[in-house]
Amino acid sequence: MSALIQNILIKVGQKKDRLLDILLSVQEAESFVSDENIKIIAGSLQLSEIDVRQCMSFYHFFSTKPSRHRIFLNDSVMANLMGGQKVKEAFEKVLNCKQGEINADGIGFYTTACIGMSDQEPAAMIDGVIFPSLTPERVRFVVEGINQGKSLSDLYYLPLGDGRNGGAALNTMVNSNIRKTGLLLDDYYKSGSALTIAIEKSELEVIGIVKTSGLRGRGGAGFPTGMKWEFCRSSEGAEKYIICNADEGEPGTFKDRVILTEKIEMLLEGMTIAAYAIGAREGIIYLRHEYQYMRQHIENALAVARTKKMLGNNILGKDGFDFDIRIQFGAGAYVCGEESSLIESMEGKRGEPRFKPPFPVQKGYHNKPTSVNNVETFCKVCRIIERGGEWYRRYGTKQSVGTKLLSISGDCPRPGVYEIEWGMTLYQMLEMVGATNTQAIQVGGPSGSLIGKTGFDRKICYSDISTGGSMMIFDQSRDLIKDVVLNFLEFFIDESCGSCLSCRACTQQIRNKLEKMIHGKGVSTDIEDLKKWAKFTLVSRCGLGQSAANPISTSIANFPHLYQAMVQKEKDYDTCFDLASAVADSCKVVNRVPNF
Amino acid sequence: MSKPLVATASLAGCFGCHMSLLDIDERILKLVELVDIGKSPVTDIKTFTQQYAVGIIEGGCCNSENVHNLQEFRKNCDILISLGECAIMGGLPAMRNGIPIEECLNEAYLEGPTVHLNTEKIFPNDDELPMLLDRVYPAHEIVKIDYFLPGCPPRADLIWDALVALLTGKELELPYEVVKYD
Amino acid sequence: MERVKFQIDNKDCEALYGQMLVDAARDNGVYIPTLCNMQDVKPCGSCRVCTVKVNGRYATACTTPVACGMEIESDTEEIHEIRKALIELIFAEGNHYCPTCEMSGNCELQALGYRFGMMVSRFPYQFPQREINTDCQHLIIDYNRCIRCKRCIRTIKDKKGKSYFAFINRGDKLEVTMDKEMAKTMPLKVAELAMENCPVGAILLKETAYRVPIGERRFDKKCIGSEIEETDVKVFMGELNNE
Repeated sequence: MSALIQNILIKVGQKKDRLLDILLSVQEAESFVSDENIKIIAGSLQLSEIDVRQCMSFYHFFSTKPSRHRIFLNDSVMANLMGGQKVKEAFEKVLNCKQGEINADGIGFYTTACIGMSDQEPAAMIDGVIFPSLTPERVRFVVEGINQGKSLSDLYYLPLGDGRNGGAALNTMVNSNIRKTGLLLDDYYKSGSALTIAIEKSELEVIGIVKTSGLRGRGGAGFPTGMKWEFCRSSEGAEKYIICNADEGEPGTFKDRVILTEKIEMLLEGMTIAAYAIGAREGIIYLRHEYQYMRQHIENALAVARTKKMLGNNILGKDGFDFDIRIQFGAGAYVCGEESSLIESMEGKRGEPRFKPPFPVQKGYHNKPTSVNNVETFCKVCRIIERGGEWYRRYGTKQSVGTKLLSISGDCPRPGVYEIEWGMTLYQMLEMVGATNTQAIQVGGPSGSLIGKTGFDRKICYSDISTGGSMMIFDQSRDLIKDVVLNFLEFFIDESCGSCLSCRACTQQIRNKLEKMIHGKGVSTDIEDLKKWAKFTLVSRCGLGQSAANPISTSIANFPHLYQAMVQKEKDYDTCFDLASAVADSCKVVNRVPNF
Repeated sequence: MSKPLVATASLAGCFGCHMSLLDIDERILKLVELVDIGKSPVTDIKTFTQQYAVGIIEGGCCNSENVHNLQEFRKNCDILISLGECAIMGGLPAMRNGIPIEECLNEAYLEGPTVHLNTEKIFPNDDELPMLLDRVYPAHEIVKIDYFLPGCPPRADLIWDALVALLTGKELELPYEVVKYD
Repeated sequence: MERVKFQIDNKDCEALYGQMLVDAARDNGVYIPTLCNMQDVKPCGSCRVCTVKVNGRYATACTTPVACGMEIESDTEEIHEIRKALIELIFAEGNHYCPTCEMSGNCELQALGYRFGMMVSRFPYQFPQREINTDCQHLIIDYNRCIRCKRCIRTIKDKKGKSYFAFINRGDKLEVTMDKEMAKTMPLKVAELAMENCPVGAILLKETAYRVPIGERRFDKKCIGSEIEETDVKVFMGELNNE
């Protein structure tokens, strides 16, 4: 066994369930995972090689080929809206290679799904470092610098970002762009105050306060947080886990990035309160791979918390209250934002969603009761414990209590994070961000809904139009079908775990049909087909599969005229068959001129 | 009143479906009471001279002639039926789908084990020959097809029952054994 | 063990608490079609063909444990339509040339096509380019026919629990692959089991084929599921279905 693997196994543990970490460590050290290393890892974990490969190949960021540098350019809707295509061409030109290839200098160039920078697109990750607001000129500058052997931080073309982004631990050009603060983002948070209050109360009292507050999960699904904790607490088993879902993969959302940057202490404290409430000794932050630039920043915060006795044994002097947190990195898979996939991934497996029941609160990580909560949720808990459940209920509406962080991007002069009270209408939101001439808003990311003008009086809340925070604004100049819906479908096809037939195959058929219509070959039955086919994805196992056709079904419902415009008046049947192009290849091979 | 006219064609097929049609045995006498068979390899009538009621298509499309033929059928027949696996999903000829056309032609004319007589190493490329398509297309990927009768070949009973149901407007009730894909 | 009462399509049924719906239904003489599922093997719910409505919500019968008072909809027009579409999706996704396939007549996918009266797939056939692998001395693996049901992945392991088969990639690039090293040493008994467990003709033993004559194959005369249903479904209402 090589020294490298040996050291890694000692560091992360020679266990199957740490396969993801083992692979990530190897890749970090060598830029790729070689066939040889796959063999060694398989051997030392009593796995077949194919067992290792099936895990590896699930995640976007693993490579089996060596490279000196790796560039991942975002190709999300938002990136393309902001000029991503030109930036991509610029990369391909200066690197002299196509997307997906490694160039002669050993620089790999790849595209990737939304990297959580929608307010400063087009953005790319180069060896984990974020390069936001790219232009073709900046691409040339950066690649030339890399070729000259300069370090990445010497190639910054923008001043360091606002807030804590400019600090030594983060040292990034990323901006937090906090545009509107509320009870979470306001400045008056004092580290430790909520936890001090919590541990003076009984565990059940803490859960009681959270229940009183009416807080619901902020990841998108909106499950009542207090109830989740109560279930988890009462589930059998001495060992329990708290997991922070920081996978933030829904295209268009970036508010968790901002919380992790600016309010990391609050997050850790919220997790600790949760651990106290449910009786967990171990906490894990599942952090998306795209946010690896925050590693040092978070590790620092963890170290500070430990010295302040807010993590570790006998926390804040409370006898027997032991709890600590580690970071688990993902490796590039949207579906891992689904809590059971996330747990599978943490156990070193492919991130395929589990069946429910049993729910994670019953059998989660290592089959032990596990509460998975969103970054924002944990932070809200701090505030609620500090000020009380009743106080929190004063914000928002009756059913949707409190505030919500929105990640707003697209065609507006002030993209960024806005903390709003639930109940705001979409009109008010547009006004808040200064958007004019708006054609549509994608509420809740690709898995949400595409809303047109007639829906702008709808309220942002659980009972009307709910969102995990992603809000993308498109003005009248945008081609919603081609630039938005099609991109979202591609996204779902790529990010599907592939396990459910309905999600894997039906989405491809829908995409193909939409492409046919975009190419001017649409007939009226196509629209009916799309509507019907979209329904077949609803029988998929997880939320990703069930919402994979939402871009189609909501855009057909809210923008029927855009689909009607793709229907040919003179034809009622058209399969896109074209004789000239069908015979072109064979005629070329046999050297004849096509004649019809 | 004149009997409805039926046309048949074998495109990229093996004539097995036509054989199966003949397998309806003595019912063929009833069939000619029900319909007139017009353009068909069975009658050797080669052109459409009037509008037909039914066109039966065996085989998918592997070349330009198949496509023209099929389009002719669509124009001249009120109802088109895809008969057999090849018409429905390409069938055996479609096993070349996915293989680049150049490889197919090389294998067929240059490198295959039975082509040693082609010493000049030429591809047939006379203008009179149909042009090969990039892949084999099921009939309904070229024109609208109204009904589909699977099988390789479709069972004679299936063809018979389906034709009678279609021509008499009766409901079709099929025994389990009759609908098969092989 | 506790017994619970529930209903499938308004029929009163009884089963052991926690039994999977598919099995519970079978014990009550009700056939819920399945494809990826195997009796006594941990379910994976990948084909979705056993989709039913449990108290009004979609669920797969192979992964849903039965509970007291559940109301199941299975034999309804809505569910029938979904299942049929799923079967058609599979036929369009791979290269399923029944006439050339050794498993024809014994194939569960084909049998479901018959049961649902599929005359053609409503989805355009994709004609993907897939490999035929003969690395294993006993097996031919024809990925053209693979439906990604995970049966081989779940059931074919060596004595130490190592996998012979596994998924590779994800989404539209998802494939089943075989471990190259382990393929070379796969014992004949394991190879036979692999073929037996494959619901379609993707995993085939070398040097033997077409052992059952046409007419005597599993689904030549008997509809899949007819062994479970109280009334033998020999005849079904076929339709000349429009595309």
